[in-house]
Amino acid sequence: MSEKKTKRRDFLFTATTAVGAVGAAAVVWPMIDQMNPDASVKALASTEVDVSSLTPGNTLTVLWRGKPVFIRRRTQKEIDEARSVKMEELIHPEKDEDRAKNPEWLVMLGVCTHLGCVPLNDKGDYNGWFCPCHGSHYDTSGRIRKGPAPWNMEVPKYEFVNANTIKIG
Amino acid sequence: MSDHDYRPKSKVGQWFNDRLPLLTLANHLTDYPTPKNLNYWWTFGGILTFCLITQIVTGLTLAMHYIAHADMAFESVEHIMRDVNYGWLIRYIHANGASMFFLAVYIHIFRSLFYGSYKSPREIIWILGIIIYLLMMAAAFMGYVLPWGQMSFWGATVITNLFSAIPLVGEGIVTWLWGGYSVDNPTLTRFFTLHYLIPFLILGLVVLHIWALHVPGNNNPVGIDIKKPSKDTVPFHPYIVIKDGFALLMFMIVFAFFVFYAPNILGHADNYIEANPMVTPAHIVPEWYLLPFYAILRSVPDKLLGVVAMLSAILILAVLPWLDTSKIRSAVFRPLYKQFYWILVADVLILGYVGAMPAEGLYLLIARVATAYYFLHFLVILPVLGFKEKTLPVPLSITEPVLGGSPNLAAARNKESKIE
Repeated sequence: MSEKKTKRRDFLFTATTAVGAVGAAAVVWPMIDQMNPDASVKALASTEVDVSSLTPGNTLTVLWRGKPVFIRRRTQKEIDEARSVKMEELIHPEKDEDRAKNPEWLVMLGVCTHLGCVPLNDKGDYNGWFCPCHGSHYDTSGRIRKGPAPWNMEVPKYEFVNANTIKIG
Repeated sequence: MSDHDYRPKSKVGQWFNDRLPLLTLANHLTDYPTPKNLNYWWTFGGILTFCLITQIVTGLTLAMHYIAHADMAFESVEHIMRDVNYGWLIRYIHANGASMFFLAVYIHIFRSLFYGSYKSPREIIWILGIIIYLLMMAAAFMGYVLPWGQMSFWGATVITNLFSAIPLVGEGIVTWLWGGYSVDNPTLTRFFTLHYLIPFLILGLVVLHIWALHVPGNNNPVGIDIKKPSKDTVPFHPYIVIKDGFALLMFMIVFAFFVFYAPNILGHADNYIEANPMVTPAHIVPEWYLLPFYAILRSVPDKLLGVVAMLSAILILAVLPWLDTSKIRSAVFRPLYKQFYWILVADVLILGYVGAMPAEGLYLLIARVATAYYFLHFLVILPVLGFKEKTLPVPLSITEPVLGGSPNLAAARNKESKIE
């Protein structure tokens, strides 16, 4: 008799705790999610850039989603350098062909994958970019070659709207 | 002397105290028996309380004029400096107050390390202290972001990016922390909110820290358990109050020197340039009090492991009471530990120095050696030392070495002479 009563209690305790936990989670989630990017931030998802003035060997830096984006019009020498690298030599192996569909144009986030600084143009041991914060070297394809950064600089989604305009995002 | 026997003299006092025993608490704090040999290294608890209250008061007043918005924050800080009555003074006290707070907390921590104050039965006091220290770092970091200068912006970028080292969920966490795809206005407003909140959390933890302290009572330079109250103790008031007060005055002279004569020497000139997400300053350096950990972060060539090493360097302190296997508390009676203690002090200072230098060449090498030694000290030297070290005989009471009859009279008297 008494044993049966204890079991009823146990069931009530477990059920109450479970419902309570679900309820608490339902209240906590909105409090956590409110910190994620809001609708107005997400609305600024794409930007169009006029690149007609860019000559080979130069870089244009534009702001997209609060981050700098490098648009580099590469010289033939830079393209050759980037395409001749063997995959084994890379920390984060990616073919230049995959990073720059149109070899002349390299579009990538100008954000070091180590801790988010903006790397400097035409610097470093691989003639690409150099991050002054903690010494990461990137090659002419924006791939990490030396230093603490774990990945290549990220290539965002982009397309040529026409011959002179790139749409990022 | 005993708290429980206390009864206020007046009728009104008794009536009140029976309903809310605040007067019993006040009496406990006044009469609290304190070891009579406490030296000036023990005055930093009081100094830290002063620092916390100073930061809260100046912070509240600054918040009346500051605007937490990416477009206006930088200007509002200049507005405080130029237009607000005594705004310059309040801001300089607050900014330098953070440095003074850390200066005091480092002395306080290293005092504990020297005299073994973290050991049984004071582990909880110590762990609460480490939590307070972590919250202080969080508050200081977020406070540094608020002026929205170049160092604010890029410091925030680098530090929040530390979380991206976490496998799988790292990027998501960073976006969540930012409230966007980079450090921007949503980041600033939430940092302001948290910067406002944390000091009050610290205040609550300080109450627990002192509560936990009042259970076993203070450690002391000799590091032995004492009976309280006894010949070895004095009441907190007036003895310790006066001593703490004098030390606080000396501390305020240093504080005032920075506020009035070198208010920007501990800051970075780049933070007087408004935040620009397109340009990273050539050298991103954190404030001086975070440099040793920054050096540890940079000394590891792998992103995730660097972050792990940096966090471990702080969290290892929380398990210190169990890493130090020696039963003797005070370094006065531990001839070997005393030497390793000073090597650790030097090691941390070296880490701080190389943390301010570029991470390359010789600096990087020094940072790596110093990082390795830091962990060696806590993980190997301290546990082994407890078994190997031949400690000096410890006196039975604080009074004993003074009155004679102790074999290590000289060693103990050294530490005692200031008091007796």
